[in-house]
Amino acid sequence: MEFFKYTKTFNFMGKSKMAMAISIILLLASYMLLVTKGLNYGVDFAGGTIVQVKYDTVAPIDEMREKLKDNKIFDGASITEFGSADEVVVRMKTTTSDVEVDVGDVTREALKGTGNYEIRRVDIVGPTVGAELKEKGVISLVLAIVGILIYVAFRFEWRFAVSSIFALIHDISIALGAISLVGLDVNLDVLAALLTILGYSLNDTIIVFDRIREGVTSSKKTDLTDIVNESVTRTLARTTLTSLTTFFVVFTLFMFGGEIIHAFAFTLLVGVVVGTYSSVFVASPILIWFGFDVKGYHIKLAQKAKREAEKTRMRDQYESGIM
Amino acid sequence: MGKLNFRIVVFGLAIIFGIFFSIPSLFQLQDGKKVTLGLDLQGGLHMLLGVKTEEATKSRIKSITASIKRFSERKDILVDDLKFDESGISFTLLDIDDVKNMREFLKETDGLNIAVNGESFSINLTKKEIARTEKEAIDQAIETIRNRLDQFGLAEPVVARQGAEKILVQLAGIKTAEDEQRARELISRAAKLELMAVDEDRIARVNTMSDSDASEYGDVILEDSKNPAIKYLVHEIPILDGGMLTDASMGFDQNNRPLINFKLNAEGAEIFGDFTGKSVGKRLAVVLDGKVYSAPNINERIGGGSGQISGSYTVMEAKDLAIALRSGALLAPIYLMEKRSVGPSLGADSIKASMMALVGGFVLVIVFMMVYYRMAGVIANIALIANLFILLAVMSLFGATLTLPGMAGIVLTVGMAVDANVIISERIRELIYEGKSMHKAIEEGYANAMRAILDANITTLIASVVLYAYGTGAIKGFAITMSIGILASMLTAILGTHGIYQMLESKILKSKDNKFWFGIKG
Repeated sequence: MEFFKYTKTFNFMGKSKMAMAISIILLLASYMLLVTKGLNYGVDFAGGTIVQVKYDTVAPIDEMREKLKDNKIFDGASITEFGSADEVVVRMKTTTSDVEVDVGDVTREALKGTGNYEIRRVDIVGPTVGAELKEKGVISLVLAIVGILIYVAFRFEWRFAVSSIFALIHDISIALGAISLVGLDVNLDVLAALLTILGYSLNDTIIVFDRIREGVTSSKKTDLTDIVNESVTRTLARTTLTSLTTFFVVFTLFMFGGEIIHAFAFTLLVGVVVGTYSSVFVASPILIWFGFDVKGYHIKLAQKAKREAEKTRMRDQYESGIM
Repeated sequence: MGKLNFRIVVFGLAIIFGIFFSIPSLFQLQDGKKVTLGLDLQGGLHMLLGVKTEEATKSRIKSITASIKRFSERKDILVDDLKFDESGISFTLLDIDDVKNMREFLKETDGLNIAVNGESFSINLTKKEIARTEKEAIDQAIETIRNRLDQFGLAEPVVARQGAEKILVQLAGIKTAEDEQRARELISRAAKLELMAVDEDRIARVNTMSDSDASEYGDVILEDSKNPAIKYLVHEIPILDGGMLTDASMGFDQNNRPLINFKLNAEGAEIFGDFTGKSVGKRLAVVLDGKVYSAPNINERIGGGSGQISGSYTVMEAKDLAIALRSGALLAPIYLMEKRSVGPSLGADSIKASMMALVGGFVLVIVFMMVYYRMAGVIANIALIANLFILLAVMSLFGATLTLPGMAGIVLTVGMAVDANVIISERIRELIYEGKSMHKAIEEGYANAMRAILDANITTLIASVVLYAYGTGAIKGFAITMSIGILASMLTAILGTHGIYQMLESKILKSKDNKFWFGIKG
């Protein structure tokens, strides 16, 4: 079976202006959302308390609210459905630092008489820990980006590195925008998903860049746009296929992975789609706009080859005892 | 069958390794190294605890005060107005001739700033001493909590330092809320035992006294452990504390009610003997964590240094209390910074859900690869299955922890591991179209694909390593499975499949059926 047969080169870069328009609209929308609606930090980063309760029938949320109202611990608590109608989470911004008194136990006591239920999970993150996790999270994102930048610059060329970083920031921003739009809780797992998107999206970009690099070195063509078009077309089958297989697994994770993994899977789902798009329509056009100089590169390559040849010649001479 | 080559041999060995070492985990065998399930999958309690180190300094000052008092009583030095608070100790000697003596005594204790003005002393702890005390409080808390949990009867409790001043406690396999409550009480119990003298002269007025009145007399008001309405007035400076305790165990009184027997060390026994000898007819308060458990009359001098704490506890409570006393008091109270507890049923649900996602994703990918690439897809699938076995084997060997995000990492590995084979197969197809010979197409296909696969995998690896270094808890599990998955895919998807092609090459050349082998016409 074949989706794409390489017969002629598609003019992807001809569409890059339109793609750029779409990207800019998506980016602006994302930033607008992030500024106006913002991110909904979960307990991991904001600190707070979560108690997850599962009933053996539909959870009586109104009755629960009534019962919890009596205890001051639950002041300002929000009670929402979690995944299914019989499971709920109670969220509070406050935390208790007493080891012996447990919110889970308090909740169990307070809910007495509302049916058959079970406290399944209690998460308490104190404010200092939350702030620390947030700081570590930001550091890890920055470190990952810098690490990747250095590697790509080392393996390719700085313009490739900067273009791929633009694509990465594009992907992360849109993913964050989508998270804000849906109103997901941003916890550690979302951060992990964002880092995975970094790796994944870059993966795609690198496959395309590798082809461009190959095209630049081996092809007689000197027009970068032609080379990019050819490279993108030639990698199109791979890009689509891998995106499909990854999409399959992330989609099953999203559908069947359970509520706890839901935010993680959603973030990845957005990331896979945006990451695939960006490797073709963001990273490559930016590379062209940076004006990667194919002719200059050819000359540089030739010089490098000459130097190498000179070195080998010298070494040969040295070894054969002429010098 | 084609001939063997080094790639297929290495691949074969890797598969044998993978299957062999993943058997203990797959079938949950008793023996052999296994993957440990994270707390989020098997249920359990994760806590990050802080230590109120300022309390440790306070109690250090208190115990120095007690030793000053004991010293002056022994040497018949008259001390007036002996007082202490969190910042230091102050007192005045009635006889200026004793100043030298007292100075000598204080010099024996390290880390004190001593200021003498005539007969009045003011003492505080040096900065270094405060730092040392705080560090010791944390070290001691870790040690104590570990001791207590070791005796609690759970399999492999984790108690570790995290950062400079946090304590990580992980208890797997806690099944019920009662167990969790017991564990938390055991961990946080200060278990500070103090024997204090009741102020018989003033106790009659205790109900009308305020705390500040009491401290005017160098006393403190304590409640009874059973009935908070009963109040005791005791001398603030204890006769001795639990630091001199050598053993504690549960026993029964004559009515068969549980109680706790304790023994004091030689020094403690001597102090205890001296005090009881002097105080016949008075009462001695047995104070645990600031509550009076009993206040028996002293009928005679008590030598030997053993005593009892009675109270109305259950056998379980008495047992836990004995454990706490035996493992020593916490120098400073601990508090909760982070807690995550997952019930076993939620853990089981998470396993079920993530297994479903894994199997679902796996089947989709396998079927897709077979339909799209035919035989090349089958070969890629063999590599994918081998990858999963190797992943499991490596995790088992290192005793790595499998968490819920870790499961997601495996699912993702399935999707991304076939990527290498997609890249290779596409390259081979291209070369076939260009009219290269089958042999050349395969070899050049691998050579061309190599660089891209390597670069792509290394960048993903960079992200995973950062995630591992900066991630906490369950997220680390994701980084682990992703990293191992990527590394294993280099072995299976690149080396392994290449070996298979080389082995089958004569067959592929003979059949010339590109549709069967690579899913293309021509």
